[in-house]
Amino acid sequence: MYRLINLELQKLLLNRASKVLIFISFILPFTVLILSSIKINFFGFFTLELGELGIFNFPIIWHITTFFASYFKLFFAIVVVSMIGNEYSNKTIKQNLIDGLSKKEFILSKFYTIVLFSLFATVLIGLATFFIGLYYSSYTEASIIFRETEFLLAYFVKLVGFFSLCLFFGMLVKRSAFALAFLFILYIFEWIIFGAATKAFTLETAWKIKNFLPLESMYNLINQPFQRVVMTKYPDNIDMAYDYGVYWYEFVIVIGWTALFIFLSYRLLKNRDL
Amino acid sequence: MENILSINNLTKKFGYLTAVKDLSFTINKGNVYGILGPNGSGKSTTLGIVLNVVNKTSGDFSWFEGQTTTHDALKKVGAIIENPNFYPYMTAYDNLKLVCKIKGVDYAKIDEKLGLVGLLDRKNSKFSNYSLGMKQRLAIASALLNDPEILILDEPTNGLDPQGIHQIRSLIKQIASEGTTILLASHLLDEVEKVCTHVVVLRKGEKLYSGRVDEMISSHGFFELKSAQQDTLISFLQSNPDFLSVKVEGDLITAFLNQPMDASIFNTLMFEKGITLSHLVKRKESLEEQFLKLTDNN
Repeated sequence: MYRLINLELQKLLLNRASKVLIFISFILPFTVLILSSIKINFFGFFTLELGELGIFNFPIIWHITTFFASYFKLFFAIVVVSMIGNEYSNKTIKQNLIDGLSKKEFILSKFYTIVLFSLFATVLIGLATFFIGLYYSSYTEASIIFRETEFLLAYFVKLVGFFSLCLFFGMLVKRSAFALAFLFILYIFEWIIFGAATKAFTLETAWKIKNFLPLESMYNLINQPFQRVVMTKYPDNIDMAYDYGVYWYEFVIVIGWTALFIFLSYRLLKNRDL
Repeated sequence: MENILSINNLTKKFGYLTAVKDLSFTINKGNVYGILGPNGSGKSTTLGIVLNVVNKTSGDFSWFEGQTTTHDALKKVGAIIENPNFYPYMTAYDNLKLVCKIKGVDYAKIDEKLGLVGLLDRKNSKFSNYSLGMKQRLAIASALLNDPEILILDEPTNGLDPQGIHQIRSLIKQIASEGTTILLASHLLDEVEKVCTHVVVLRKGEKLYSGRVDEMISSHGFFELKSAQQDTLISFLQSNPDFLSVKVEGDLITAFLNQPMDASIFNTLMFEKGITLSHLVKRKESLEEQFLKLTDNN
């Protein structure tokens, strides 16, 4: 396993474009997080301090940071599709196999790297959140701090799932740009299915179906936190109530997709003549 | 003799096209093999199959008498297919380091092999800045990193200038002289004739010949004849069972022998028949002529 990760890391880190993108995808969410947590004084007119809104309180901070940080996954998604696209355009995938890498090892080296990256991103966000929370949160009892840390796990699974999807699209179309376009098409496609299901069944059934589709199921792991923030301000407003929790079946669906994407990537490569 | 690669009844179909048809041959240790065939005869496909990048349709092959899996066997093989494929953004050294990681070879080999192909002073240049000849030499260095049991080269001199071709050929000869088994696919006949001891000839995916190069060349030869009495001569040659076939090009008649015959005996025979020859040469086919005969007539 170490050998396979080592192999892939050399390919990525010696490439300037992917090095920059990896750096950005680690640093940018981190910076945004830090910036938003400091007090900003707008030329003496007013001070903006997001901490005052209570969004940096435990345990809601876990929810908020993981939700926003997950938008930055797109940077690494570009790296993932290009690490497949480059292998095809340079024909190095062929040379790798000739040199004695098995097709299984080839896919695994990409997958391990994805897992490693996701793990690293999760730990980074986890630490940043923990310290910002400690600084701002009104509640600092351990039981409250570590409540809802399942959002971190959700974040990790979400990243691995999304990058596996990118890996599969990369393997499918062999070109980075087309693979990214496929992501967008899939997004639209999920809404089309939703629309069709709404027509055929009820709105409720349509949502249930959509919840099983890849992109929606990944999104569902960490629901939007806006309503929740409002809820904390107006706890009596029952209309605003919604289910933002992280559930085991949401994990199961995403992990299921991840396994399927990796398996399909392997099957694609196995049956392909290079 | 130790068996390195054996191919049994290998077939590959691309849709309706059969690229390799029921191909069998074996590669033994210590020989230099050539796979000859016109473009599109299935050379690269055959190599692709045994190198794990093309899926076979039927038949099978085994490396090192089937003791290891294909991808493990490939760690003991050095191979270059068509163009040198490396990461353009990496230096030569880093590219070879990656190959070392895949094959599980010590990094110390990198400098040794770069020195062998004469690229040591350019080892820190990016691959994208290399000329084609340098790329090809780097590919050979990469294939040699693991001190392979067998070196597989597919059209190694393709697209090179005469100097580059010469460099690569002398490199191949040098490697062969050190006892490494080599499998060389090419459509350049003199290349194979100069370098190889054994040859497999393919046409449209079928094996036409496999065996030693000198045995392939050693047919009974042919006569090149010219005579004023051309028609009489042709009809005599065609009725004589000693001759396989007769070819006429302008006033030059080429008569292929069916069994050994000396030029002086033939001359005497002509004399007895009252045919006077203005030109008589006995020759043996070069590999090229033999090859063209094989690939055209079948």
